[in-house]
Amino acid sequence: MDSMITQIQGVPLNHYIIFCSLIFAIGVTGVLIRRNVIIIMMSIELMLNSVNLLLAAFSAYRGDASGQVFVFFIMALAAAEVAVGLAIIIMVYRNTKSVDIESLSKLRW
Amino acid sequence: MSQLIWLIPLIPFIGFVINGLTRNVVPKSVTAIVGCGVVLASFILSVMGYLEVSAAREAGLPSTLTLHLFDWFSVGRMQVGLSLLLDPLSALMLLIITGIGLLIHLYSCSYMAHDAGFGKFFAYLNLFIFFMTILVLGSNYLVMFIGWEGVGLCSYLLIGFWFKNVSYANAAKKAFIMNRIGDLGFLIAMFFILENFGTLEYAEVFSKASTLPVGNITLLTITLLLFIAATGKSAQIPLFTWLPDAMAGPTPVSALIHAATMVTAGIYLVVRSNVLFLLAPFTMEIMAVVGLVTALVGAFIALTQHDIKKVLAYSTVSQLGYMFLGLGVGAFTGAFFHVLTHAFFKALLFLGAGSVIHAMHNEQDMRKMGGLRKALPITFTTMLIGTIAISGIPPFAGFFSKDEILAHTFQHQPLFWAVGFLTALCTAFYMFRLLFLTFFGKFRGTDEQQRHLHESPWQMTLPLIVLAILSALGGWINLPAALGGHHNLETFLAPIFELGKPHSVALSLSHSTEYMLMAVSSLGAIVMLILAYVRYVKSGRIPKPENEATGLLHRLSFHKLYVDELYDLLFVKPFKKLSRFLFTYIDKMGIDGFVNGVGEFFVGSGKGIRQLQSGHVGFYIMMMVIGVIAILIYGIVRI
Repeated sequence: MDSMITQIQGVPLNHYIIFCSLIFAIGVTGVLIRRNVIIIMMSIELMLNSVNLLLAAFSAYRGDASGQVFVFFIMALAAAEVAVGLAIIIMVYRNTKSVDIESLSKLRW
Repeated sequence: MSQLIWLIPLIPFIGFVINGLTRNVVPKSVTAIVGCGVVLASFILSVMGYLEVSAAREAGLPSTLTLHLFDWFSVGRMQVGLSLLLDPLSALMLLIITGIGLLIHLYSCSYMAHDAGFGKFFAYLNLFIFFMTILVLGSNYLVMFIGWEGVGLCSYLLIGFWFKNVSYANAAKKAFIMNRIGDLGFLIAMFFILENFGTLEYAEVFSKASTLPVGNITLLTITLLLFIAATGKSAQIPLFTWLPDAMAGPTPVSALIHAATMVTAGIYLVVRSNVLFLLAPFTMEIMAVVGLVTALVGAFIALTQHDIKKVLAYSTVSQLGYMFLGLGVGAFTGAFFHVLTHAFFKALLFLGAGSVIHAMHNEQDMRKMGGLRKALPITFTTMLIGTIAISGIPPFAGFFSKDEILAHTFQHQPLFWAVGFLTALCTAFYMFRLLFLTFFGKFRGTDEQQRHLHESPWQMTLPLIVLAILSALGGWINLPAALGGHHNLETFLAPIFELGKPHSVALSLSHSTEYMLMAVSSLGAIVMLILAYVRYVKSGRIPKPENEATGLLHRLSFHKLYVDELYDLLFVKPFKKLSRFLFTYIDKMGIDGFVNGVGEFFVGSGKGIRQLQSGHVGFYIMMMVIGVIAILIYGIVRI
């Protein structure tokens, strides 16, 4: 365990932040520009993962385990969300024969 | 009886309601009986009222009866009651209105028999009688004003009776608008009276006014405003052009409203308010001049008109001018006398013209008449009497009344008399021109018309005969002292002029001067008769078509001195331009722009804001991201 922490700390914190920001930005961009709902959900996963990594990194640097706990929570949450989200997408697909997010404007009513 | 005078206006009003409601339901005969019957009832009541006033005058009792019906309203210190006043003046006016009104109703039964609007016509006529009797019976200015406005309304309705003809409808509008200008004067005058005397009741106003000094500025203002009102209603310069156009209405209307009754309301107003006018000599002078000019202008234009009703219309304008001249020089009785006689002979002439038009199948152009004497003997005889009466040839009615006015004018200012005399010459000429062109010479109409020439039925000739008798003998009721009379009318009307007496001028011409004036005017009229005879019967001249009018004077006269054109240039066109400007720039662009702009602003903003609720998830997320970024930037900047 120590060696893992040492390994994590072998990389400067800056690098983690920059890397996570990049991953997050890629996720955001994906959510914004893609129209396929499944890819959007994947992009959301990317964003969540970048956050997870950052949490883990900070937790390791500061020697505080609560960051790790948060990561677990987020992963559980993401799994649940994906389950529900996929179910919704399947229902949408059955009704509209499409997973194009532009065609889904029923929420305005 | 005197407690029943409120029935005089009420009964015609009931007739109006009945005729108005049942006009398309009952046969024409029922409408005619109701229409004439209510006026007959009013006439009988008026005669009874007159007899009562007359008896009171003979017995030396007070002859003024005020009947207070109810309190109309009271605002602040102003209390207005609906009350009626029966005195010598209103009793005589009532006789004219209901008497001549009755004859004209009878006449209309036949004249309008084939008109689709028969019921409507009688309803309007009854309504007119109602308002006219209210006008003369009112005991304060406000009640008079009700009648004043009401007769204006009826005049408008009846001029535009055949409203499908656009030019007739325009004539109605013209009359209405010109009358409104005068009415504004009446209204403002009422405000002044109320402000200065605190009441609108005649009796109180006059008694309070009689204590004021002569030439008082308040009285000057009030009388000038009242005179403006009178110029509108009585078609004086500058508001006279509506009256000739009013001939668009059916002929009985021209006779009743635009010759015998309504147009004399202005004279009635002045006679009624004689106390105020006598205390404002300046107004009197203006009135005399305006009347004189109107008389001359009307007569001058009448000289060359070829529409038989137009000649009579301008003649009415001219005669009303005479009456105002009389009022202006202080001959109140003379002016009222002329109202009386003029009502007889002008109604007669109009009805006669109507009979001619009836026989000629709606032809009004005298150039296409001629030689009707044999076909229409009764019409011819009665119109001859009317023509002699209006021309001022003794001993017919017009001579006495016109002569009384002229005598007063001579005493006031000989120059005025000369102009008045000139007008009288014109009057005699154009009236005989009308008579000769219509009834003498060869027939100039179509063969079709000639075959159908016929004397009118008795409903039309009877009124003509009655009016002809009145025109012939009416002058004797006020025979001047110079001719051995006793000024009966003046004696009868004396209570009306009681308060103004200290300021009025009695006629003080010597009898020889009076004889001379009479001789000159009747001689002049006879000379004009002969001139017209030579020109139109002997040499058989017919007026030329309009575009061949020669000579400046002739053209001026034919084109009515271009007054209509002048008004068009001065008032109508600028106002049209102004209206158009206000319409396009102020109304459409300014007000509409603002109002629509407000609407468009909210529609537009709705359109924009609706995007926020489009339902597109991608857009929502975009907004969210932008929001997050904005918050981040805000945080950074704050730090």
